[in-house]
Amino acid sequence: MNFIYPENEIVRNEKRCNLCRVCDTQCSYGAHEFDEQSGQLNSDDRKCVNCQRCVVLCKQMALKIVPSGNKYKENYNWREQTIKEIFRQADSGGVLLSGMGNPGDFKVYFDKIVLNASQVTNPSIDPLREPMETRVSLGALPRDIERDGKGQLVNNLPPRINLSMPVMFAAMSYGSISLNAHKSLAAAAQEMGVLYNTGEGGLHGDMYSYGGNTVVQVASGRFGVHPDYLRSGVAIEIKMGQGAKPGIGGHLPGTKIVGDISLTRMISEGSDAISPAPHHDIYSIEDLRQLIYSLKEATGYTKPIIVKVAAVNNIAAIASGIARSGADIIALDGFRGGTGAAPTRIRDNVGIPVELALASIDRILRDEGIRNNVSIIVGGSIRSSSDVVKAVALGADSVYIGTAALIAMGCHLCRSCYTGKCNWGIATQIPELTKRLKPSVAQKRLVNLLTGWKHEIEEMMGGMGINSIESLKGNRLMLRGVGLSERELEVLGIKHAGE
Amino acid sequence: MNVSALKVGGFMELNEKIRSADSDVHITDCCGQRFMGTALAKGKKLTITGTPGNAAGAYLNGGVIEVIGNVQDAVGDTMNLGKIIVHGNAGDALGYAMRGGNIFIRGNAGYRAGVHMKAYKDLKPVIVIGGSAGSFLGEYLAGGLLVVLGIGAEETLPVGNFIGTGMHGGEIFIRTKKKIADLPAQVAVNAATQDDLARIKPHIMEFAELFEVELESLLEDNYYILTPNTQNPYHLMYVAN
Repeated sequence: MNFIYPENEIVRNEKRCNLCRVCDTQCSYGAHEFDEQSGQLNSDDRKCVNCQRCVVLCKQMALKIVPSGNKYKENYNWREQTIKEIFRQADSGGVLLSGMGNPGDFKVYFDKIVLNASQVTNPSIDPLREPMETRVSLGALPRDIERDGKGQLVNNLPPRINLSMPVMFAAMSYGSISLNAHKSLAAAAQEMGVLYNTGEGGLHGDMYSYGGNTVVQVASGRFGVHPDYLRSGVAIEIKMGQGAKPGIGGHLPGTKIVGDISLTRMISEGSDAISPAPHHDIYSIEDLRQLIYSLKEATGYTKPIIVKVAAVNNIAAIASGIARSGADIIALDGFRGGTGAAPTRIRDNVGIPVELALASIDRILRDEGIRNNVSIIVGGSIRSSSDVVKAVALGADSVYIGTAALIAMGCHLCRSCYTGKCNWGIATQIPELTKRLKPSVAQKRLVNLLTGWKHEIEEMMGGMGINSIESLKGNRLMLRGVGLSERELEVLGIKHAGE
Repeated sequence: MNVSALKVGGFMELNEKIRSADSDVHITDCCGQRFMGTALAKGKKLTITGTPGNAAGAYLNGGVIEVIGNVQDAVGDTMNLGKIIVHGNAGDALGYAMRGGNIFIRGNAGYRAGVHMKAYKDLKPVIVIGGSAGSFLGEYLAGGLLVVLGIGAEETLPVGNFIGTGMHGGEIFIRTKKKIADLPAQVAVNAATQDDLARIKPHIMEFAELFEVELESLLEDNYYILTPNTQNPYHLMYVAN
């Protein structure tokens, strides 16, 4: 009864196949098998996660993965996925675990928003012949101009981070992804003049040299956190929540705490790495302020402090508290944000769309006159340069990209990260698999992605007659909604197309 | 170097003095200033008379902090190395996520002491609480040693409720003749053996010496030892979807 027919079928074109066996030597899930006796390659569809590794590497184009076509007698209410989930739980008694972001049938607001362009009444700008400014600077701004006794300006600017473009690589811990993946992100961030984020897993000794492009994270488990770590990056991020799993902690199983992971997290091999759901020293905005200032004291007030929260109900009021807590930057993570593993029910049902949360936060901070206390970084499924431009126009200073960066490195979104057997060498610690990810290659691909996005951002800005990304920040006049209700438009603070 | 907290502005100025001093520092008249001795490095001793505010000795990195008085919340938060000695009581969230070094509290500790302490190789955090500890002691404990001596609380249980919920490493020792009941499923309780006691003896001896407490009775009395039921309490909880 516990047999579930495979979702996908491996189709091998026998005429094209030259038995090179790259498929069976590459598949960590054992979906391909070479039968020595018959000299044939066989497939086991049950083991295939559709990561496309074999398809991409098959030089003969002899392989493809197609939907198996087996269907339950589903209806709108009892869909196949729902039925399968009940089978899985009836078999195991377990909590359903999923990889990557919320796949649910919710409106993607970025796709319902369109951008403006100049026509007749003001000229658009051609980025090929005009200078365009995509640099941004993140952090708190002082309220007052200070002068010394002689009337000279006193530099009272708090520490800030500077980016060549408003894109950063989101927090992904060493442990959830491989060291080669971390090296690729760090090197690409360095080359592009942006930042990557350690996630909650400490910092491997090899990575300290990328300090100038590193955000170090402090989360509830405080793994790998010590004074040298705090001082190694250009900013410190306190992780209060994650868009993919707001309100719950993290759990890296003991089987993954081996070798360098154990060393970097500073916990014993084989011990579970449990990040509690809350920080047990933070039960209020006042407590958050205390952690922020203890980090500032530990680093001599040289690093801006980022507070990362998941987009949830009342997030605007929460952000208002954070903006008064001494934080320099708020990182907002939407409910489509990625994850290596999250309980399915949490991932699919908790949190709110990041576009709405971002617009609300930007508005409340402006209304309360504290928008300049903090910068805002937004993440949670930023998929393209147009998402970046729309996010900035809704009030973001910068964005975080996680999933998009992983895809650039080779991830094919098979969403099986939690197995630890990633064939692309990203979400795994198995040496034979991690060596497949060449940092020099992945770095180049990440740089290519950001370079392409930068050009596109410049073109979209130029079209609107804007030559500096700062002028686009919170500039909702550049946005229009299509097919959105009045209430949705009100929350987003934008007009409907045609208005 | 002697510094009166009354004569130096707020915590930022006080901490700047501690950071820039090239010798040991004695702060007198301390009255709630926070973050005293944050990330204090090896080789420096900070003595405080009065009551330091929250998060004293956070991220402590090898330095020594001795407080002649009580301390408030979140003392030794994410402490890495070094020693904190308190000749009084401690507030809540003592030694949160501590990974190394020693904390000695002469009196009682509040709620949530030693939550999520962890150990790695020769880094092994130790907290010795002379009196009683509040509820939620050692939640999520992943490593290290928590000792509650219960001095002055001989007639009652010297710990509160919900000890060691989510515990998956480390040890909690409690000196009491009362029965410890209603523990979470993740925690096993046993009478401490002589071998067990040998592990905490050096720390009890140091406690007795620091606070001039009679050692003999502390070594004779009954101790219970709390350990995790299994190292991986959650590993069977999930099913791939």
